[in-house]
Amino acid sequence: MDCVETRMSDPIIVAEDVHKWFGNFHVLRGVHLTVSRGEVLVICGPSGSGKSTFIRIINRLEEHQRGRIAVDGIELTNDLRNIEAIRREIGMVFQQFNLFPHLTVFENITLAPIWARKVKRSDAEKQALELLERVGIPEQAQKYPGQLSGGQQQRVAIARALAMQPKIMLFDEPTSALDPEMIKEVLDVMGELAASGMTMIVITHEMGFAREVADRIAFFDEGRIVEAAAPVDFFTAPEHERTKLFLSQILHH
Amino acid sequence: MQNREILPPPMLRIGPLRWLKDNLFSTRYNALLTFLAVVFLYLTLHPTLEWVLWHARWDAIPANLKLFLVGIYPMKDVWRVWVCVYWILLLLGLSGGLWGRLAREAALIVGSGAILLLLLPFSWMERLWILGAVLGLFGGLSIGWLLRERKSWRKDVIILWALSPLIVVLFLGGLPNNPLLSPVGTNQWGGLMLTFMLAIVGIASSFPLGVLLALGRQSSLPVIRWISILYIEVVRGVPLITVIFMTSIMLPLFLPAQVRVDQALRAMVAFALFTSAYIAENVRGGLQAVPRGQIEAAKAVGLSGMLTTFFIVLPQALRVVIPANVGQFISLFKDTALVFVASLLDLFGMAKSILANPDWLGRDREVLLFIAFVYWLFTYFLSRMSRRLEKALGVGER
Ligand SMILES: Nc1ncnc2c1ncn2[C@@H]1O[C@H](COP(=O)(O)OP(=O)(O)O)[C@@H](O)[C@H]1O
Ligand SMILES: [Mg+2]
Repeated sequence: MDCVETRMSDPIIVAEDVHKWFGNFHVLRGVHLTVSRGEVLVICGPSGSGKSTFIRIINRLEEHQRGRIAVDGIELTNDLRNIEAIRREIGMVFQQFNLFPHLTVFENITLAPIWARKVKRSDAEKQALELLERVGIPEQAQKYPGQLSGGQQQRVAIARALAMQPKIMLFDEPTSALDPEMIKEVLDVMGELAASGMTMIVITHEMGFAREVADRIAFFDEGRIVEAAAPVDFFTAPEHERTKLFLSQILHH
Repeated sequence: MQNREILPPPMLRIGPLRWLKDNLFSTRYNALLTFLAVVFLYLTLHPTLEWVLWHARWDAIPANLKLFLVGIYPMKDVWRVWVCVYWILLLLGLSGGLWGRLAREAALIVGSGAILLLLLPFSWMERLWILGAVLGLFGGLSIGWLLRERKSWRKDVIILWALSPLIVVLFLGGLPNNPLLSPVGTNQWGGLMLTFMLAIVGIASSFPLGVLLALGRQSSLPVIRWISILYIEVVRGVPLITVIFMTSIMLPLFLPAQVRVDQALRAMVAFALFTSAYIAENVRGGLQAVPRGQIEAAKAVGLSGMLTTFFIVLPQALRVVIPANVGQFISLFKDTALVFVASLLDLFGMAKSILANPDWLGRDREVLLFIAFVYWLFTYFLSRMSRRLEKALGVGER
């Protein structure tokens, strides 16, 4: 428990009163969140509640309009250098994989290290092989994304994000686009990543994964975090009515 | 238990009669259409073929072949043109051997074309030159084939291709005070050779310019965006012939008197400027077809805007617009015929001037049909290559 204490006192993401509008539509209505180094945070909540928007703000794929966010001590502002520095610290995995279809698996993984992190090509390739081993598909290196199954593509996407050696990994519903039999292979890779000490924010409705891997679960509704708690408390003693309703809907099938 | 063996698909053997019935006479309506088409073809093709084979006087073509091919390029220097042709064919052969597939098909088509030429009534001297070209092509092909495992050769061949424009200009244009390569002004370049030069330079320079304009049109810097839009819209709004007039006749008025821009170069500038606006619009379509998720993924792995454009957006965008762009290049190839307004004698200009010669009075149909056939030959080759390129790059499969 000592460990947990020190982790909790070492925040890597701090969000205070974050607001965001799309036109007149108030999507985020004051999000407060602190994530500690090494923590695994699962975010769940109804569709359209602003979960994706919030984690996309963390690596500046969207801009917030009020409040402040700091990642590893760097404030998110319009300063281009800050944005690039923050993106180097953060890896992101998308629901639709978003692999580069015209590049091989190997090139997908080595492109950013070589050109954005200026790693030597031979080192980048060595690392790519190690990462493909780690996600369990070293034999697919020379194929194109279109030739892989969804589960394999998502594991490549994880390897591609890890190749930039990020301190934080963001996952936006990484298994929602997958056939049921492929969900486990992706969740297993994510579980191992969590065990290795990576800081992770995962939007998912896989409650089994949340129960086993998460340090904390945050429930999003109407642009706010309604409640956040350790999995045991979250599942057994949710405080808010809406959390209870959501849980009963999602656990009943 | 049922027989669970894996069965081969049933053999389909269709005889010619069956094929005719299925495709041309499947319904009464279809049969009527077939009948009408046959009547139409007979009525149009019969007199045409009869004329082509029996009545047409083709003597103007062999007699003026040199003019059609190279214009009034000095006879004693024609070997320099051949050197350039050999150089290109050798490179084409080498690439065909080294890269396979696409390049090989191109080399094979060109090679068979050259062999067919041998059957035409050329003089023995000319046949020797053509034979040399065929040997050069297939020699290159074999060498490339033997070296195909050595990847480093590919880079060398690319460098040789990059040097080609220099070599061609050097050999065709010559050097001052050089007895071997005496200078030949571009006013003496002509015929098919000039057509090719105009088209190739036009294509090679309009493509990068068009891509830059398309990117400029999407730039976040308003000034660059406005300039690109203005350029594209103005150029697309005027006829090509006026652009050629502008660069060939009016350009000198704007430039200081000492600066003399070569007439052929001016025409090339016109084609490049004109075509680039259309390329830009094609490429814009391709840029819009790249999903937003691709750009977000590139940003998320830390690629800058420039790297994202170069490595992620452009390769995907350009691939989907290959057919449209090749169409544009085919237009450009045919539109080179308009340079007669700049008093250049390309293939079409040459035909016109031959027809103006009293010796060849009344051969308009033969001569025009011949050059139309030559244009068609090369545009067909281009569109065929583009279809192969699409296949090789998997356009439309994702
Ligand atoms: N780029 C956008 N422009 C306008 N509205 C958007 C945009 N992105 C998301 N939204 C809207 O914002 C709301 C929250 O979206 P999102 O963050 O994707 O929700 P979640 O991930 O929780 O399902 C939705 O109503 C969605 O329609
Ligand atoms: Mg979402």
